[in-house]
Amino acid sequence: MPMRKVMKGNEAAAWAAKLAKPKVIAAFPITPSTLVPEKISEFVADGELDAEFIKVESEHSAISACVGASAAGVRAFTATASQGLALMHEILFIAAGMRLPIVMAIGNRSLSAPINIWNDWQDTISERDTGWMQFYAENNQEALDLILIAFKVAEDERVLLPAMVGFDAFILTHTVEPVEIPDQEVVDEFLGEYVPKHAYLDPARPITQGSLGFPAHYMEARYKVWEAMENAREVIKEVFDEFEKKFGRRYHMIEEYKTEDAEIILLTMGSLAGTLKDFVDKKREEGVKIGAAKMTVYRPFPIEEIKALAKKAKVLAILEKNVSFGIGGAVFADASRALVNEKEKPILLDFILGLGGRDVTFEQLEEVVEISKKALEGEKVEEINWIGLRKEIL
Amino acid sequence: MMAVKKPPITTREYWAPGHAACAGCGPAIVMKLATKAFSEAMEEKYGDPNAFAIVHATGCMEVVSAVFPYTAWKAPWIHVAFENAAAAASGVEAAWKKLGRKGKILAIGGDGGTADIGLQALSGMLERRHNVVYLMYDNEAYMNTGIQRSSSTPYGAWTTTSPPGKYSIGEDKPKKWVALIAAAHQVPYVATASIGDPYDFYRKMKKAASVDGPAFVQVLAPCVPGWRIPSEKTVEIAKLAIETGLWPLFEIENGDFHNIKFQRFPKDGKFKKPIEDYLRLQGRFKHLFKKPEAIQELKNQIKELWRILGKEVELP
Amino acid sequence: MAESPFKADIERVQKEYSEKMTPGAIVYIPGSSVVNKTGSWRVFMPKFNKDKCVRCFLCYTLCPEPAIYLDEESYPVFDYDYCKGCGICANECPTKAIEMVRESK
Repeated sequence: MPMRKVMKGNEAAAWAAKLAKPKVIAAFPITPSTLVPEKISEFVADGELDAEFIKVESEHSAISACVGASAAGVRAFTATASQGLALMHEILFIAAGMRLPIVMAIGNRSLSAPINIWNDWQDTISERDTGWMQFYAENNQEALDLILIAFKVAEDERVLLPAMVGFDAFILTHTVEPVEIPDQEVVDEFLGEYVPKHAYLDPARPITQGSLGFPAHYMEARYKVWEAMENAREVIKEVFDEFEKKFGRRYHMIEEYKTEDAEIILLTMGSLAGTLKDFVDKKREEGVKIGAAKMTVYRPFPIEEIKALAKKAKVLAILEKNVSFGIGGAVFADASRALVNEKEKPILLDFILGLGGRDVTFEQLEEVVEISKKALEGEKVEEINWIGLRKEIL
Repeated sequence: MMAVKKPPITTREYWAPGHAACAGCGPAIVMKLATKAFSEAMEEKYGDPNAFAIVHATGCMEVVSAVFPYTAWKAPWIHVAFENAAAAASGVEAAWKKLGRKGKILAIGGDGGTADIGLQALSGMLERRHNVVYLMYDNEAYMNTGIQRSSSTPYGAWTTTSPPGKYSIGEDKPKKWVALIAAAHQVPYVATASIGDPYDFYRKMKKAASVDGPAFVQVLAPCVPGWRIPSEKTVEIAKLAIETGLWPLFEIENGDFHNIKFQRFPKDGKFKKPIEDYLRLQGRFKHLFKKPEAIQELKNQIKELWRILGKEVELP
Repeated sequence: MAESPFKADIERVQKEYSEKMTPGAIVYIPGSSVVNKTGSWRVFMPKFNKDKCVRCFLCYTLCPEPAIYLDEESYPVFDYDYCKGCGICANECPTKAIEMVRESK
């Protein structure tokens, strides 16, 4: 019988790690994800998780140790956020390039400067080029589930890429919600053991990992990572299907809410999706033809699903907690790429909000709708809009 | 019937020819001997000469040996990045522990990847007492990127970032001894070695591989282009380093600085060959002969190093 | 006739060596560097005088490639496919049993 407990997002992530039975966890504390390694070390100390927990001296060493462990042929896991993830940056590319199915939980937090410990997506978004798959959780249940899903997709022979699962700092990491903890036996059936086929450090079969790639070979190695990420699209859908069969919860690349006859669709990721659903309900009562969509998988970017979603809307408003200076939000840029050659596409608008833990309120969402309505009526509006700025202190 | 003489080192091979190291490369000799020594230790300890895996930092030896699609290595081997060999090795060791695999992990880095950028990871690995031997091959500069100074570069040496000039003597800081930093972690075994005494190095590698827990070995391995030496003199120069007193050979166990074991230490503390003999053979020190006070400063530093180690020495 | 300890690697490489890209650019054939005959690098080559050799094994120990292996009687055999002509063996030999001579090609 699956257990139901109330727990913080961090705990849910730690439970997911426990259920996945990694053999090596190497983690370093950072707000807001610290509780993840803390909880895991409790599991290990009490013998509830049979793993080596390496108390590494930095996040760079955390991911390096995970690379070593995964390359040696075992399941490896870590957790971090913000500056810690940024410190891992060079190794993230290496982990993907070496095709190691490491899974990492991220308590989505802003990047300095200024230093800020609260929620936005800048940390994981800034790693979108690395070759890591990216999943975003709307609530603590999703945080747990997506970590299990991430392991299964990552270890699939058609993929063999690492994956990160983001859940919002404090909004999810530290907020207590009811979570169903799946049975270990069912997780064992779903995940099985990691049996490395390509990467191992076994004296009986000595191989060389991390070789140098001359110009004559480097591009093909990178193409194989590209292929793997493309394969991931199919594999993720298969795993979502299997997850529903085993655990009864259904995940989508993009989950839609009241989009059938919507003129304006609000697209976001993470916990904000929950707020949007409530907001959409309210607006629908007022007679506004509005819907919401939640992107669960950000890498690989769900191109076909965005195309399908776009067909339903006249205005696609992207609400995102990140910004790429000099151009705008990353999801907006990626969605624009998905739709760039479509003969017919909706008006795409970018709304930058919630940075550094600023609460996204219904008032701010009203502003989003106002601007979207103006665009709907043919008025000229800005493509990139910063919502919720305290103009009085600017 | 006389038995055929046997070499003092195993004839098993883990380092294959065809790699792109320079002719006369000191570190290449280190790679060969270290892996052979390790295998002997693994055979003695576990009955399996192959019971080890190598985690290798970016640097000359990594770059010349593992070039897709070929490799010089005949043991399980991984390269991750420049500064994290010790961290990646910690992960491999943990994985082997969980897999129940017997053996020891050998982490290799140059002074480049160890003394500066790699120091944090090294310290973490040692402090956490992983069952890893960290072997630092010391050619006393960042050679792979073209001979830039490291904290292991000796006083007075020419490098591209410490060139002698109107206002410069070359490297103007004394050599930082990573072995002493490692020993301060009070790990079971720390040693210095030189390919000028290959069998001493071999014995020390075996010892490091055999102890339970972390070990650190710093081996002097001259670089032909970096030291500006003729390729045939690599070993001769590494031997002169010992004979002149410039390169102390020692072992420190469990951080016991009061009971350091020395090798090749002259009984009366009087080294027989002058440091000039060592300097004269190397282009990187050529300019020092116009500045005798710099050579004297180097000698003072060496004397001071020995004093810290607990020995009064005389340097001719 | 003494055999190179890398004979098996050389044979394996002849059969299996390939540039076909692997996941992570992993190299699955250990010792495949033998495909590079670095003997082409050298200018000088070691000339061995067996009469002077006392089998101290120093040359065998010190060769960086290694391009020296031992025959059935433990005398050094020079592998000219890989010898880069560095001269360390000649320099260190205590009996001067090895002489570096300019190679005539």
